[in-house]
Amino acid sequence: MQTPNFLPEGITPPIPLDVPERARLLPKHVAPLLLAFVIAVAILVPVCALVLPATHPLHLSAYAMTLVGKIMCYAIAALALDLVWGYCGILSLGHGLFFALGGYAMGMYLMRGIGRDGVYHSDLPDFMVFLDWKSLPWYWTGTEHFAWAMFLVVALPGVVAWIFGYLAFRSRVKGVYLSIITQALTFAAMLLFYRNETGFGGNNGFTDFKRILGYSITSASTRTVLFLVTFAVLVGAFLLCRALVVSKFGRVVTAIRDGESRAMFLGYRPLSYKLFVWTLSAMLCGVAGALYVPQVGIINPSEMAPVNSIEMAIWVAIGGRGSLVGAIAGAFLVNGAKSFFTAHFAEYWLFFLGAMFVLVPLLLPQGVMGLVAQLSRKRARHAPAAAEGDAPHPATGDRA
Amino acid sequence: MNNYMADISWQLADAPDASVSVNVSGDTTGMSHLVVPGEIDTSHGLILYVENISVSFDGFRALNDLSLSIHTDELRCIIGPNGAGKTTMMDVITGKTRPDAGRAFLGQTLDLTRLDEPAIAQAGVGRKFQKPTVFEHHSVWENLELACSGDKRWFRSLWAMLTPDIRHRIEEVLALTHLEHQAHVRAGQLSHGQKQRLEIGMLLMQQPQLLLLDEPAAGMTDEETAQLAELLNRLRGHCSMMVVEHDMAFVAALAGETGIVTVMAEGRVLAEGTLDVVQRDERVIESYLGR
Repeated sequence: MQTPNFLPEGITPPIPLDVPERARLLPKHVAPLLLAFVIAVAILVPVCALVLPATHPLHLSAYAMTLVGKIMCYAIAALALDLVWGYCGILSLGHGLFFALGGYAMGMYLMRGIGRDGVYHSDLPDFMVFLDWKSLPWYWTGTEHFAWAMFLVVALPGVVAWIFGYLAFRSRVKGVYLSIITQALTFAAMLLFYRNETGFGGNNGFTDFKRILGYSITSASTRTVLFLVTFAVLVGAFLLCRALVVSKFGRVVTAIRDGESRAMFLGYRPLSYKLFVWTLSAMLCGVAGALYVPQVGIINPSEMAPVNSIEMAIWVAIGGRGSLVGAIAGAFLVNGAKSFFTAHFAEYWLFFLGAMFVLVPLLLPQGVMGLVAQLSRKRARHAPAAAEGDAPHPATGDRA
Repeated sequence: MNNYMADISWQLADAPDASVSVNVSGDTTGMSHLVVPGEIDTSHGLILYVENISVSFDGFRALNDLSLSIHTDELRCIIGPNGAGKTTMMDVITGKTRPDAGRAFLGQTLDLTRLDEPAIAQAGVGRKFQKPTVFEHHSVWENLELACSGDKRWFRSLWAMLTPDIRHRIEEVLALTHLEHQAHVRAGQLSHGQKQRLEIGMLLMQQPQLLLLDEPAAGMTDEETAQLAELLNRLRGHCSMMVVEHDMAFVAALAGETGIVTVMAEGRVLAEGTLDVVQRDERVIESYLGR
């Protein structure tokens, strides 16, 4: 079809639209910084953890590395949640389920890796011997292969999320109703996994892992590699989410968030867009869970407790919903504060968490990143001469 | 007020001839209709054909055996008192509401009562809401880009680029809606009138065959209303339009002396004819204008 020429004579000729064909993945000045940071971590962490002696002040202890590694897993989960909540407007209070499913898939591989080194010296995991099972249940087939387990890490949460999402979004369930259903979903799954008959170790879950890919899971070098892999996945997940949100896809998804019926009357199908974001988010959460389990050394059904999923939403809310950097910052801030409080004032942690949950939405509705943006705007206003020339490009500068 | 009316009637006389219509379904002629999926067959000169539509909400008959047809490239004004069923009719045409009885066709072949909202939008029906609905967190050009016709499936938008063709169309619509200097402004920061223009710009990007406008002049200043009437008159001949409006001066500016005006009341068509004729109709005066 030919473009109709609406422009009658005598109208100002069109002003060229100065936007790039495709938005930049990262702002110009950020990309080298991120690259430098990645290289620095890749060099410094192995040096500080493995080369420097334990007495050296810059030595990275196993405790510190596990703590930061764990928080990085939480940050990946926060990114995943921010993708659906911040950009698509779907508040999931059940992402803990996807996190745990990924963790259980990894846990199955790690349990098989124990081999005959368990308490009962059997080929079966200890809890199955304890239950007097004679063979592995069918769904454990192939879990001794790392590749199959990694496939399950993304496929399990992905399939569960797709089925749930298809049913929920097709019926146009949204808002608080959807949040409650996701909460019920993770609670139901938790009850299922608590049963011994389900075949996932009941309330003890999986623990006592010995090795991963043949390497001892407790050795310093394995821990360093796990840390670096987690870091690489975090950076990769950030870039993936960033690529999504700066693409036209991301603009459509935020459009659906802000005006679903408007988007529909423009010809977009919210169901397929939401379903893709939702499933991808669940898969990402599964990867986070899979990285979490070998570092923490345990996975049990309490990971599916509703409170865990709610805590994820708090990380995103505090960091700044709709900002990918904010999600990561929120996970680090809250969990950093948590380990500080539980170490020094253990009895006050829950009060602090409750206070943050009340105060942050009141005082910082856009989270920490909203505060940062507000401060930088204020600074720009105080320096009008400088701001005029190099104000951030509206099309590419914000919504990072 | 009078000044701009004079302006508009001049515009009307100058408007492109409505009879120069394009058969969008291509080379089919005569009796044999080739049904091209997704294309509107307007070979009989009708873009919209609504037949005996009834809709009830909890026993209230919002539409009561409504029949209506709109010709290609026609600009049809629809007036009627509150609760006459005008918005419900638009809901039926755009797939938001399923009728209890009756049929609605886009062209000869597309049964609107069987399609959902995105399918109807992709088939070429654009809708402007009463309250300006733009994407407030997106910039003006992004709003236009989102509205742009094309493949709207999710995997396409993952790799979508701003092609020179789309860029050109955005520039054109920005100029047409006088928003060229606001291209990078967030839509939420626009004035009411600017938002109305942006929404119409979005509909133009959609390149619809049929444009439904629900009280487009509501809440606008006289000057903005005049600009809007000018804009709509300029679109005459590019697409068919159906305008629901309360502002009689605006209707007069759009319909002129020859345009057909439909009066709706209690969910059905009360009268149809030029503005002059319907304004003198006894039933119309009683149900609407007389109040």
